[in-house]
Amino acid sequence: MAHKSELIASDIEGYLKAQEEKSLLRFITCGSVDDGKSTLIGRLLYESKLIFEDQLSVLEADSKKVGTQGDKLDFALLVDGLASEREQGITIDVAYRFFSTEKRKFIVADTPGHEQYTRNMATGASTADLAILLIDARKGILTQTKRHSFIVSRLGIENIVLAVNKMDLVDYSQQVFADIEIAYRAFARALGGIEHIAAIPMSALEGDNVVENSANMDWYTGPTLLDHLEAVGIRDAAQSKAFRMPVQWVNRPNLDFRGFAGFIASGAIRPGDRIKVLPSAKESTVKAIVTMDGDLEEAVAGQSVTLTLKDEIDISRGDMICTAGDPAEVANQFETTILWMADEPMFPGRPYLLKIGTSMVNATITRPKYRVDVNTLAQEAAHELALNEVGICNISLDRAIPFDAYDDNRETGGFILIDKISNSTVGMGMIHFALRRSSNVHWQALDVDRSTRASIKGQKPVVLWFTGLSGSGKSTIANIVDRKLIARGAHTMLLDGDNVRHGLNKDLGFTDADRVENIRRVAEVAKLMTDAGLITLVSFISPFRAERRLARDLMGEDEFKVIHVDTPLEVAEQRDAKGLYKKARAGQIKNFTGIDSPYERPENAAITIDTTKTSPEQAADEIVRQLEAWGKITS
Amino acid sequence: MTTLTHLQRLEAESIHIMREVVAEADNPVMLYSIGKDSAVMLHLALKAFYPAKPPFPLMHIDTTWKFREMIKFRDEVAARNGLDLIVHINEEGVRQGIGPFSHGSALHTDIMKTQALKQALDKYKFDAAFGGARRDEEKSRAKERIFSFRTADHRWDPKNQRPELWRLYNARKAKGESIRVFPLSNWTELDIWQYIHLEKIDIVPLYFAAKRPVVERDGTLIMVDDERMPLRPGETVEEKMVRFRTLGCYPLTGGVASEAATLPEIIQEMLLTTTSERQGRVIDHDQAASMEKKKQEGYF
Repeated sequence: MAHKSELIASDIEGYLKAQEEKSLLRFITCGSVDDGKSTLIGRLLYESKLIFEDQLSVLEADSKKVGTQGDKLDFALLVDGLASEREQGITIDVAYRFFSTEKRKFIVADTPGHEQYTRNMATGASTADLAILLIDARKGILTQTKRHSFIVSRLGIENIVLAVNKMDLVDYSQQVFADIEIAYRAFARALGGIEHIAAIPMSALEGDNVVENSANMDWYTGPTLLDHLEAVGIRDAAQSKAFRMPVQWVNRPNLDFRGFAGFIASGAIRPGDRIKVLPSAKESTVKAIVTMDGDLEEAVAGQSVTLTLKDEIDISRGDMICTAGDPAEVANQFETTILWMADEPMFPGRPYLLKIGTSMVNATITRPKYRVDVNTLAQEAAHELALNEVGICNISLDRAIPFDAYDDNRETGGFILIDKISNSTVGMGMIHFALRRSSNVHWQALDVDRSTRASIKGQKPVVLWFTGLSGSGKSTIANIVDRKLIARGAHTMLLDGDNVRHGLNKDLGFTDADRVENIRRVAEVAKLMTDAGLITLVSFISPFRAERRLARDLMGEDEFKVIHVDTPLEVAEQRDAKGLYKKARAGQIKNFTGIDSPYERPENAAITIDTTKTSPEQAADEIVRQLEAWGKITS
Repeated sequence: MTTLTHLQRLEAESIHIMREVVAEADNPVMLYSIGKDSAVMLHLALKAFYPAKPPFPLMHIDTTWKFREMIKFRDEVAARNGLDLIVHINEEGVRQGIGPFSHGSALHTDIMKTQALKQALDKYKFDAAFGGARRDEEKSRAKERIFSFRTADHRWDPKNQRPELWRLYNARKAKGESIRVFPLSNWTELDIWQYIHLEKIDIVPLYFAAKRPVVERDGTLIMVDDERMPLRPGETVEEKMVRFRTLGCYPLTGGVASEAATLPEIIQEMLLTTTSERQGRVIDHDQAASMEKKKQEGYF
């Protein structure tokens, strides 16, 4: 299971005592299939005596069956886990490996090298203290070496091992090694962000300079790879930074105890320390650091603890406890680097969920300022970000969050983006800085609030969002409802999709990206109307779930009702009041909903109207009845 | 400057994971298999929520073929810590008389373990389930996420896993879908044993060598734990010093001849041993990718 030690047999208690003091190093290996990355990891596991006899017999059998090394052991087979990978002979995901020596426990993130797996590499790099960059000595620095270095440097990994592999195939030439090292150091200097580089000539296949010094390269006097991994300084830097602890969970077992549980992202804390809670900016003093093993004198970055405070202040999940003298910043707009990780591209303007620390907020992303070509590092103009693309984008959130710049604090400056419909993680990002307009444009507190505006009208504001295909009868029904409400003395406004496109949105077309922006603007206008206390009728095709949800999130569940005017495509096309379907079928109109652009049916419509069974007049009566039932108007 | 040891860092990571689940899931549960990994996971849960009790129940999928000592230990642990314990048995399987001797290990494990687990998750509508699996156990585990997403019919899709970045776990899911969460993902077998030793965690006595009634069958030592075990011609029950490196259904769990009766002795034996941990489990032996296939079907 582990390395050999005399102590295991002779003095197991002494051995265990020594093991308690071991530290932990997490590293990532970058390189493509042909560079011998899996072979290197397999070799490390093998040499540190981590391969059991039963695994070895499987390896011997597999090496003969599917191996690429003739009669020799194919160490790569130890590492390539998933069945499909073994068949294809490539590594497609991130796999984590473990081994330990006398001094350290190691966690290796083994990640794929191809450009289409940039996201997998970034995943592995996000938790790593060090990166091993594999280079084939015959080929030198390749495009992929630059791509890997770029990702590693942006993710803030300061230690790099340049593993110049396959030295056996260049006759163990010192000149070849020296040329590669010099070229790489020059490149890394230009790239910036990488503090320490150790270059090691090796052959993973033959075992040169992996664990044992190579007899074939007596010109190399530096450490072997394993020696270096055991000795390299681990970033304890997080401890010397200001105290930060995102609150995960409020612990209230009874009325007498109220503790705030979290993982300390940086710094150290002691009872009596003055703290500030963000974003509320309330201050207090630490009473105790509570753990099951007794209260602590001090807790540091990397520990999970529960803090109690001297004052009763309101703190919940998503808040951040900081040292009072040097708190994090609070803002709702940022410049960021984003790496896109989903097959569907990032649409500027579409709302995503953003998770940072323990906060989850709504985020919209602007059009990228530029995209970085991960191979050439060139800056290019871009309208969106596709899978594995990196861009510099501004982000705006629906509320302010505590944060630090990623370069200052990896734990409090990195975020993930989540798709609201599929719930998958679609992107990762790193905060550069808060935008000044965020801190300078404050919300102006108004003397008359929205409930007052509504109450003098004798109604409660609500948005009735009519969605459905073109020609489904949305506008017809909305108009009748509007008339009926006015007749009852209600205060209303009707926003019609066609009309808004003549004014506010006349700069927008019908591409997916423009449709998203179209709806965003209309939703913001509807929100203003709602704040004014109006019953707002919006008649919009609004084909995408994500955008209807954006509108709903602006208003809140209670003030936003989706009315699905459900007319089958055949029926709407048959009516074709504006002759649009005919043009779309003839190819004269592109991106027409229902024809060559999708309509996503609402899942939670408040009212669904089947226009093949209900007349517009009946539908309008039903909607007015519902408004009474919801208490929006008096009956 | 305080340098945290590797066990301190692993402990903090596991606690953080458990708290994230409790904060974001509606109805979490901890799958408790009674083994050493479950013992560590439960110990970490007690730490994570101290002074409160862990805000979720323990659930044991009882195949009805577990060692008797395991069941006794399970009930004692739950009672001592004042925890809710749910025991789920696939009653349909019991009615059909499914067992490892009559139906073979594969079918028994599928019906009494995999199917039973799905039944229980559906019955109680748990949307997040903690499991004690470690990435170092097996190759396909090495690629599984800490938050591992399952479809409404409990399937795992290894090609469609969510990226897991920094310490930011995405626990969102649609109605009916669930997540399996593995707080011990980054622990190794040695870490587990060291932690048990350091924290003085109670484990089932079967891990320690003692004289037990066993028969030698197909090269492994099977303990005769109750009268349901049929002896084959020529087999005799012998009292031998044995211990178990993993615990499961007694007919499917081979013991090893051992004199190791203390934790340091167990660790010593493990470090000097030359075969891997799962070798004592009959289920993995079918084919190289068998675990991956089982996991896709809903096995933990």
